[in-house]
Amino acid sequence: MTRRAIFDNKLLPYVLVAPQLAITLVFFFWPAGQAIYQSLFRQDPFGLRTEFVWFENFAHVLGDPAYRGAVGITVLFSGAVIGVALLTGLLLAVTADQQIRGAGVYTTLLMWPYAVAPAVAAALWLFIFHPAIGIVGRVLVRMGLHWDFSLNGVHAVILIIIAAAWKQVSYNFIFFLAGLQSIPKSVLEAASVDGAGGRHRFWKIVFPLLSPTTFFLLLVNVIYAFFDTFGVIHALTRGGPGKATETLIYKVYVDGVVNLDLGGSSAQSVILLLVVVTLTAIQFRYVERRVHY
Amino acid sequence: MGALRRTHWLAHLVLIAGVATFVFPVYMAIIGSTHDLGTIARGELSLRPGPHAIENYTRAWESGQGERVRGTPVRRMMTNSLIMALTIATGKIAISILSAFAVAFFAFPLRMFFFWMIFVTLMLPVEVRIIPTYKVVSDLGMINTVPGLTIPLIASATATLIFRQFFLTVPDEMVDAAKIDGAGPMRFFWSILMPLSSTTIAALFVILFIYGWNQYLWPLLITTRSELNTVVIGITKMIGTSDAQTDWQLIMATAVMAMLPPVAVMILMQRWFVKGLTETEK
Repeated sequence: MTRRAIFDNKLLPYVLVAPQLAITLVFFFWPAGQAIYQSLFRQDPFGLRTEFVWFENFAHVLGDPAYRGAVGITVLFSGAVIGVALLTGLLLAVTADQQIRGAGVYTTLLMWPYAVAPAVAAALWLFIFHPAIGIVGRVLVRMGLHWDFSLNGVHAVILIIIAAAWKQVSYNFIFFLAGLQSIPKSVLEAASVDGAGGRHRFWKIVFPLLSPTTFFLLLVNVIYAFFDTFGVIHALTRGGPGKATETLIYKVYVDGVVNLDLGGSSAQSVILLLVVVTLTAIQFRYVERRVHY
Repeated sequence: MGALRRTHWLAHLVLIAGVATFVFPVYMAIIGSTHDLGTIARGELSLRPGPHAIENYTRAWESGQGERVRGTPVRRMMTNSLIMALTIATGKIAISILSAFAVAFFAFPLRMFFFWMIFVTLMLPVEVRIIPTYKVVSDLGMINTVPGLTIPLIASATATLIFRQFFLTVPDEMVDAAKIDGAGPMRFFWSILMPLSSTTIAALFVILFIYGWNQYLWPLLITTRSELNTVVIGITKMIGTSDAQTDWQLIMATAVMAMLPPVAVMILMQRWFVKGLTETEK
């Protein structure tokens, strides 16, 4: 889409895009290129020798049981976080969309966790679920559950899911509520006149009309669960106990920053890059379709 | 009428349960920040506030030093967070509005190429290219500096797209009128486009301020000197091994203070925030 009325300066537009382009080139394209380049080389741990190894790093990463483990954990963790955050967000939005007293107050009270940093959310939940001092953790221990997320991998996964989902619910709530409020009231009234009950109205009319919002949120939540939850994991479990909470992004960090395996870490970065590019492409196709919708 | 009232009760119940789930962890953090370490470490924390609030907050704010924690003063870390959030938010808005202006109001040979270059960076979080980006920043000598902390996060496809989308809705007649009055492009930009964009700018500011304040992985890598730590990083450093003997009362006081600025910005600017978030991120 272009506009008819435009300015005809020759040099000015280049000056205007220059800052954005410079930062994009230096801090985006150059590092992305470096990641691809490094993923094709192997470096000895002292950085003395580098050797071109084609796709050996990728083969090594994909064949590594630890990497497959991280894929499994990421899928489980993301699936749980996205499921909990989307369903709770939808339930709250549908409820708050009704004509009830104080709906505006509820909306404000349900929105603010969006502004809390994932790592801070992690600290709050840690304080509650700590087996020795936490108000819930102590109860779980007294109930004889042997609750200890620093020793039990399952407990650790549950804790990071709670901390990560808690914050994301409000994001989904905001979008679902906006989606619901954009549905014309006349459509719902027409359905009521035709005798459609509440549940019927929701599944046959509201839910299909919400599907663009749901689809958009699904993609954004995948990005959140894959990448933004790094802070939650770093603050709570550091990938442990063992490798129980080591997600893909956490493994990139551990292999690159802690273990200094640049080739392997870069190969993992490139794989994640491909995942995100695919998601962006899907989103873009969907945005295109919506324009014509 | 009876059935209607029953669904209302149910609705209030669901919403109150939701609010309670959101508030509970923060309430416990506030309670935790009002007790002394002994009470917390013995596992005697109750649901009622204790008498040590002023002492804990003052200590966290001024020194950050507990019995176990060798922290940085929260005052220092909050300043760092504020500098980072403000630089990222204003920087992103500034460079995005300029490039969107160029893409929307000028015809030049490489226009679509540039647009796509910016567009490709959409949704690619810094986390994905973390190690190579770190190396670039390190090669440029920007480790442990404010520019190193902020500039790599300033490139923003999202903000550019949002401004472009908005600019395309500005009627052609306005541009024509400005031209007839003899206004050049920059005059048009400052006198007409900027005032028209104020709502979009406000909405983006809230979103980007929160984004900047809550950054984690990047500051963790770039700031190895504790004087440059942001408050979000500071909390995790204080937790350390998550031992029961950690100075929990100070950590919780710090957490409460770390939440305040982004939550306050969001609530105070709620109207713009919701509009900006839902109308633009699609």
